[in-house]
Amino acid sequence: MGDSQYSFSLTTFSPSGKLVQIEHALTAVGSGQTSLGIKASNGVVIATEKKLPSILVDEASVQKIQHLTPNIGVVYSGMGPDFRVLVRKSRKQAEQYNRLYKEPIPVTQLVRETATVMQEFTQSGGVRPFGVSLLVAGYDDKGPQLYQVDPSGSYFSWKASAMGKNVSNAKTFLEKRYTEDMELDDAIHTAILTLKEGFEGEISSKNIEIGKIGADKVFRVLTPAEIDDYLAEVE
Amino acid sequence: MQIFEYNGSAVVAMVGKNCFAIASDRRLGVQLQTIATDFQRISKIHDRVFIGLSGLATDVQTLYQRLVFRHKLYQLREERDMKPETFASLVSAILYEKRFGPYLCQPVIAGLGEDDKPFICTMDSIGAKELAKDFVVSGTASESLYGACEAMYKPDMEAEELFETISQALLSSVDRDCLSGWGGHVYVVTPTEIKERILKGRMD
Repeated sequence: MGDSQYSFSLTTFSPSGKLVQIEHALTAVGSGQTSLGIKASNGVVIATEKKLPSILVDEASVQKIQHLTPNIGVVYSGMGPDFRVLVRKSRKQAEQYNRLYKEPIPVTQLVRETATVMQEFTQSGGVRPFGVSLLVAGYDDKGPQLYQVDPSGSYFSWKASAMGKNVSNAKTFLEKRYTEDMELDDAIHTAILTLKEGFEGEISSKNIEIGKIGADKVFRVLTPAEIDDYLAEVE
Repeated sequence: MQIFEYNGSAVVAMVGKNCFAIASDRRLGVQLQTIATDFQRISKIHDRVFIGLSGLATDVQTLYQRLVFRHKLYQLREERDMKPETFASLVSAILYEKRFGPYLCQPVIAGLGEDDKPFICTMDSIGAKELAKDFVVSGTASESLYGACEAMYKPDMEAEELFETISQALLSSVDRDCLSGWGGHVYVVTPTEIKERILKGRMD
């Protein structure tokens, strides 16, 4: 095709030791809508803005928070279509594990396998890295867990984290508000307040999405009615 | 010539009170000739899971090596030991992979699960699991073993009594089978210790 030195691979090292495409992918994430997650003592909550391009869009059909297994949920910042592909692959990996061992996949294992997929796309020919960072929330035998996975394939366990447009304000807010013995409901309130910090316009149950998992090990996306209740409590 | 009866074998596992016992014979034969009297049919996967394999000796050894390989990788990745139920599902999957050219073995899996609850199961050579609450048997002496275990077994035996029962069941059954015997190898496993004993039986 082209005769540029780097045309055979989008992920060739630059002289400064960086993979430029991954940096750009992180920029794509950084300009995506804010999402965040908080690990409480008895569960995990993840939340995201759901700003739709027009009031004509049917907001009930847009689902940014997804299940990977009955006890693991995920939210993203960045490119929605890339997220859908990753969700599909992760669900398949989780189910393959379950079929082999007849046991639900531990959160760390699923995160590692998803991160491996993302890393493969930084070292293969003819592909580009995923333009999403994921926040994976799960509850298994090791208790509540929250992981962030980046386009490079690195993953981190967090007590609380944020990604996307408003990341630095959100993280500062979370650092101040986070306590080790927080319970799930407090965490949901804190998540809403954190989203409110950088929110342009009026926050309502139609333009945010919240997912939670508690000691019952069932991941659920909250209905708009439930979000309204929490918003009222926060006021 | 039946391929499952080429080498001769007898394996049995029994459930006790918060413990289990797994036992096998020690003969390795080539049809009517006895080649070895110290063949290892039962292997430890980890401190709380044991597998006994009856059937063709070469497949016994190869299958054991593959299972240890898989378990070691699991331990490294998940930083924990496999539960016996999980291990049984893995063995079943590995056997079914070779559905049209199977390993000629019948495994007996015994382990202590959550809360020290004993778990035993057996499966056929293509991975059909059979769970049991009392005992499982496999090998050329299996029919005699079924009879002996049914007669001698009672639930909730302590470790010492379980050892006596499984040993008597094994020795009396292999005496009725010309292809298995030449002693016995018994493991009795409780949450705190693993006791391995060699039985002296009729050496014929």
